[in-house]
Amino acid sequence: MADVETIAHDVLVIGAGGAGLRAAIAAAGRGVSVGMVCKSLLGKAHTVMAEGGIAAALGNVDDRDSWKVHFADTMRGGQYLNNWRMAELHAKEAPDRVRELEAWGALFDRTRDGRILQRNFGGHKYPRLAHVGDRTGLEMIRTLQDHGIHAGIDVHMECTVITLLKDGDRVAGALVYDRERGRFHVFRAKAVVLATGGIGRAYRITSNSWEYTGDGHALAYRAGAVLQDMEFVQFHPTGMVWPPSVRGILVTEGVRGEGGVLKNRDGRRFMFDDVPENYRNQTATDPDEGWRYTQGDKSARRPPELLTRDHVARCIVREVREGRGSPHGGVYLDIAWIRERLPNAADHIRKKLPSMYHQFKQLADIDITREPMEVGPTTHYIMGGIRVDGDSQMSTVPGLFAAGECAAGLHGANRLGGNSLSDLLVFGKRAGDHAADFASQHGAVTVDPCAVDAAARWALEPFARTDGEGPFAIQHALQETMQDLVGIVRREEEMQRALVALGALQARAARVAVDGNREYNPGWHTALDLHNLLTVAEAITRSAIDRRESRGGHFRDDHPAKDPAAGGYNTVVRRGPDGAMQLAREAIPPVPAELRAVLTEMG
Amino acid sequence: MMGETQSSATFRVWRGDATGGGFCDYRTAVAPGMVVLDAIHQIQAEQANDLAVRWNCKAGKCGSCSAEVAGKPRLMCMTRLSELALEAPVTVEPMRAFPLVKDLVTDVSWNFRAKRTITPFTPRRPDAPDGTWRMQQADVDRVQEFRKCIECFLCQDVCHVLREHHLEEQFIGPRHFVYTAALEMHPLDVADRVPALKRSNGIGFCNITKCCTKVCPESITITDNAIIPLKERVVDEFYDPVGRLVKLFSRRQRP
Repeated sequence: MADVETIAHDVLVIGAGGAGLRAAIAAAGRGVSVGMVCKSLLGKAHTVMAEGGIAAALGNVDDRDSWKVHFADTMRGGQYLNNWRMAELHAKEAPDRVRELEAWGALFDRTRDGRILQRNFGGHKYPRLAHVGDRTGLEMIRTLQDHGIHAGIDVHMECTVITLLKDGDRVAGALVYDRERGRFHVFRAKAVVLATGGIGRAYRITSNSWEYTGDGHALAYRAGAVLQDMEFVQFHPTGMVWPPSVRGILVTEGVRGEGGVLKNRDGRRFMFDDVPENYRNQTATDPDEGWRYTQGDKSARRPPELLTRDHVARCIVREVREGRGSPHGGVYLDIAWIRERLPNAADHIRKKLPSMYHQFKQLADIDITREPMEVGPTTHYIMGGIRVDGDSQMSTVPGLFAAGECAAGLHGANRLGGNSLSDLLVFGKRAGDHAADFASQHGAVTVDPCAVDAAARWALEPFARTDGEGPFAIQHALQETMQDLVGIVRREEEMQRALVALGALQARAARVAVDGNREYNPGWHTALDLHNLLTVAEAITRSAIDRRESRGGHFRDDHPAKDPAAGGYNTVVRRGPDGAMQLAREAIPPVPAELRAVLTEMG
Repeated sequence: MMGETQSSATFRVWRGDATGGGFCDYRTAVAPGMVVLDAIHQIQAEQANDLAVRWNCKAGKCGSCSAEVAGKPRLMCMTRLSELALEAPVTVEPMRAFPLVKDLVTDVSWNFRAKRTITPFTPRRPDAPDGTWRMQQADVDRVQEFRKCIECFLCQDVCHVLREHHLEEQFIGPRHFVYTAALEMHPLDVADRVPALKRSNGIGFCNITKCCTKVCPESITITDNAIIPLKERVVDEFYDPVGRLVKLFSRRQRP
């Protein structure tokens, strides 16, 4: 490793979205040296795309809200597979994390008395999402970025991790390449925080950008950490479906929060046709009550469009499959109809949903103040991820922490909208704090030069192959496989076929070849990302085969009912001694009495 | 032949690095609704795996895919092929104000360094005992326009002070005037960035050609709403004798 530069830090944060930035700020605040690497430029991570808001029981709009209600909503939404300790900490700490953002310069929309305004969102009993129009994610990431650049964090932009490095059982850093020059760098660190986001690129239709290739999941898995709940992928019900080039781009749930309704080809509001038993007493019985709820009537219950995302997505798939879809294979999302109820509806829509207005106007020639949008499900989020301790966010590998989407636990079988931005803040801070403490309490680490050499050699192999195929075709085939065989509606036989196909793709990926040189070469970058995608795709598929029931984001056509016994465990995968993926079921620890009492109290 | 012209187009893409390069023509299929970034991706996947391009959200929200398309600074993800003349080759080249890394990727790191020189957000003391503030929606709305900025740096790309004169060491550029305006007009902020605007940030170099405003994909009225009000503050602070006298006394009374 003679030609590889080594950079040493106490804490290395991998990823610079909301969780990574918050972790880095927290760690730097404890006086340790902090390095941060990210695949893109600072401020471009997927957090920037978040639209709806940050869920926190501030109680500014409805003072009946409290951490207890938020906790119960999160557990119900997650179908009780959640790590209850994380759900508790999240509900308790989210309000402070939001207020802290305001102290760092974030400007949220306001209530009449000048406090932070909160909006309705799916699965949340009361208006709970602090927001800025429909660009909350931009406000959040920019606030963290602008605060973070003065916090003494050493930021390395456009750097991708090839492998984590270990010193015995402990994590010891990472081998990284910079995209610009293709040079290798060793980051030695006493603690590492993974904040790499999701896996959306494993699917053809996704709201995620190129970056979301499951890097953190795969790096942790290969370093010996345990992944859990990987069968639970969230398909957001409303992505754009037309024109083809924008298929999958997100349409915020905020559209429905502001009164938007879903209709099929016949103009029927089909969401009223199927309301799950456990949400029936929280759901409006007629359109008028639903409208009143969106306008802040505290006596009204929420419209069925604001049921949890897993359920809404499946209802849309049902309408399309049964021939009641829109011309391009979606359904209609109509916010324009509110002009029947509001005098200045067009202005109101442009004010509340400005980026949705522009997105449809510019990309689809649709004026959402006048016409309905065509929408359909899009791969959005993975509830599963690296198994962590609820308090510290440390994985099963000492010194290796994870926060945000790449960590598992908070969301269980299904995530509520708005709970992800609060997740990033609450557990980003916790991971940063605990990583800093870990680094302070533990001695120096040594990096094994042989491991660095081996990983660097492996990373360069695609340049040496002359007869292999390019990476883009393999990535495309992987996306088709997962979309078609391990998508929203799953069957054993199809998933077994997916496993066989993934095996063949692994063999193809092992022979991938790239042209050109190491300088800013997307072909090479894609070739390396492929291995992470294949690892998470296999984890998703194996976990989904093993869970023979339907729950949250995981729907089995061959086992459509919920199995009470399957509510008692999390599916976990780890790398076996032979390198093969091993699957197990881990019992969920019993909910302590005081939290059980909260769940009972909240119904 | 007719069919072919309707279903494909030629993109004249700049290929090369800091040592040199030139335009390469790529012919690729076009489909309804396609944007320039789709065409670039298609070329990358099918003909030139190592074609360097930055992108993330593909929905005009992250500001990564800035380039010059048919001579105009644009976000490639928001430039639809239907608004371009496809009969002739469509040129796609990197932003010219910044040093080239490779192909369509430029070194924009100066922007991140320039931002760090600006005094960060400094709030007044909280309004309520629980450490929170009270703000009216109207006061928040006033700065939201500036906070929409997605840092695509297209305004920096067209600003002649940077593009032609390369005064990066003396001038922070339109993006950072927008950033400064967002801080100066923030309802809670109490820091004073006006002396820096005049001295190290070089606001005097801007001669209000409004090129930045024209290219902003977020339609921020950069010149009229951010730069001119900041220039007025500089004038008030440094060139208005009565105002200076008043400020001298009022500043002493600040906590």
